[in-house]
Amino acid sequence: MLSIKELKVAIGGKEILEGINLEVKAGEVHAIMGPNGSGKSTLAAALAGRDIFEVTHGSVNYMGEDLLEMAPEERAKKGIFLGFQYPVEIPGVSMVNFMKTAVNEHRTYQGLDPLSAGDFLKYMREKKEMVDIDSKLTNRSVNEGFSGGEKKKNEIFQMALLEPKLAILDETDSGLDIDALKIVAKGVNTLKRKDNATIVITHYQRLLDYIVPDFVHVLYQGRIVKSSGRELALELEEKGYEWIKAEANGRG
Amino acid sequence: MKNKQDEILREVTQSDYKYGFYTDIETDTIPKGLNEDVIRLISAKKEEPEWLLEYRLKAFAQWQKMSMPKWAHLKIPEINYQDIIYYAAPKQKVSLESLDDVDPELRETFDKLGISLDEQKRLSGVAVDAVMDSISVKTTFSETLAERGIIFCSFSEAVQNHPDLVRKYMGSVVPYTDNYFAALNSAVFSDGSFCYIPKGVRCPMELSTYFRINAANTGQFERTLLVADDESYVSYLEGCTAPMRDENQLHAAIVEIVAMEKAEVKYSTVQNWYPGNKEGKGGIFNFVTKRGICKGDNSKISWTQVETGSAVTWKYPSCILKGHNSIGEFYSVAVTNNMQQADTGTKMLHIGRNTRSTIISKGISAGKSQNSYRGLVKVLKNAENARNFSQCDSLLLGDKCGAHTFPYIETDNSSAIVEHEATTSKISEDQIFYCNQRGIDTEKAIGLIVNGYAKEVLNKLPMEFAVEAQKLLQISLEGSVG
Repeated sequence: MLSIKELKVAIGGKEILEGINLEVKAGEVHAIMGPNGSGKSTLAAALAGRDIFEVTHGSVNYMGEDLLEMAPEERAKKGIFLGFQYPVEIPGVSMVNFMKTAVNEHRTYQGLDPLSAGDFLKYMREKKEMVDIDSKLTNRSVNEGFSGGEKKKNEIFQMALLEPKLAILDETDSGLDIDALKIVAKGVNTLKRKDNATIVITHYQRLLDYIVPDFVHVLYQGRIVKSSGRELALELEEKGYEWIKAEANGRG
Repeated sequence: MKNKQDEILREVTQSDYKYGFYTDIETDTIPKGLNEDVIRLISAKKEEPEWLLEYRLKAFAQWQKMSMPKWAHLKIPEINYQDIIYYAAPKQKVSLESLDDVDPELRETFDKLGISLDEQKRLSGVAVDAVMDSISVKTTFSETLAERGIIFCSFSEAVQNHPDLVRKYMGSVVPYTDNYFAALNSAVFSDGSFCYIPKGVRCPMELSTYFRINAANTGQFERTLLVADDESYVSYLEGCTAPMRDENQLHAAIVEIVAMEKAEVKYSTVQNWYPGNKEGKGGIFNFVTKRGICKGDNSKISWTQVETGSAVTWKYPSCILKGHNSIGEFYSVAVTNNMQQADTGTKMLHIGRNTRSTIISKGISAGKSQNSYRGLVKVLKNAENARNFSQCDSLLLGDKCGAHTFPYIETDNSSAIVEHEATTSKISEDQIFYCNQRGIDTEKAIGLIVNGYAKEVLNKLPMEFAVEAQKLLQISLEGSVG
């Protein structure tokens, strides 16, 4: 589904990612871990097409196409969803209107008729139950005045509505209490299918108690320095990142 | 009945006048220039009574003594008033829908706005007075309204058929001495709409005037007079468009509203005059004096405007709150893009006791445009317990545009409470990217965000027009971020 080769990304002339290689297949859950400043969020943003991140080298193939050639909205409509670490507030724009617009952009792209207001509300109700989101939130402006936890839940809710093929969740667990964390994890697990994939970016292994990854990668200084199965996350939890850093620095 | 009305609307809005509505006045244009003879000529063409001609001539004499106001935050090139045609009646084929003759970009805009046959059909619950250049083309639903005693007709017809009402109220809210453009309009006005709602009548449908500047080198000088008698209600909407031309064209209108005891008037404007091209060439100069008087106690006048067009907008719909407990409201969204300039706002004059006013102004500036809010809240000596709340927000798109706020507050009564809030914000890259990531492209994202920002005002528009106003906002800002 996703094949990243030797990807280098810079911001303001400073290289953040220094050659990322990653293969993600349908049905898989990948966790990307790493200390602060290792480039995890840069990878997420670059895959979503944020233009302040400049791809200086490498390639990204997504479902047989060159991802880097596509505009952000095209990537989104082709099934890439980014769960934001810091969801953005849009005053005056109701969640209903925002997501109706988004869903109908997706549908139009897929050659389907846009949903009427009534049908959309029905669709939204179904998804709301699925991810346990409070009805009050959907009646408010996008993320405006939401608590940290509400914002993250709202990201998962949007993911449920858009049914992405590849979901990239950027530190969705940060700032969540354990109950909110469970709700977010439940949402991700419920939405998991054989034909979609998830990349979970996290600093802590805590989330991975609830979202069980098939692969764990450690990102450090712009490179993936270690990849393994789920046990790697547990090892990191136990030993911290220092041994990884030492290993990587020793090697380099 | 409904079918017949649809048919009339269709004829008015999209026919090529093959039914011969206008054969008697076809190709009627007078020579350029402004002098007493021109005014006499206009008056004669309209077969006006002597008093009206005298009114015009007095206004003209007054205008000659005045000069163009300079206080607005606007750069306006010298206007040669002798180079303008002051009267032009539509010819055949000069119609909204002879779209083949229209510039493709404008046609596209019309399509996007839905001002076409199909959309007009949807407006069948709305009475329309269609004004093309200097004359009213057709007023729909006049008969239906007449059954309830409501007079809704062109200004010219009103002069002929209801001279007493016109004479009584014309100039009573905006005298010809009021300002430069009011004096000019009073001298040369050609047509417009007249509306009278009798005592205790609630107007059963939206009334609307659609203004169209069409002929080249002409100015449009219409006036609207709306009188709501005791305990009546009316909701009125005006829309305006003009073709694209390299030359600037002048539009100087007057709107007067009189609200008697317990009457309520809601006046909405969707102004979409041609704004000029991206370099600022062409476009309409829009100098309009709009004022309403809450004459009776417990009356209410509410202005709602969505201003997206014109090269220059100079416009301050105002309320004179004379009746005790009367209410004035002003809700405005003004969008400027490219080289457009707008200086718009309101005046709220509190004269009666317990008068209340609300001002909500949302400015949106993009491109290299300049957008100013200018408002006066004045509380006179006897206006015990007057209340005002003003909120002026500015939204900037890009870093080459300007937003300015000029609020003036004058109170001569210590019991008055006047509040003013103002904010300035920008659409952030983060917001745009967030929308992009959900599959919404940048143009649509801006439309969404701007409409969200302006929602408070758009919600005040009659339902039928709110959707069109939303589309219009989006179209006006196309190409503003890139």
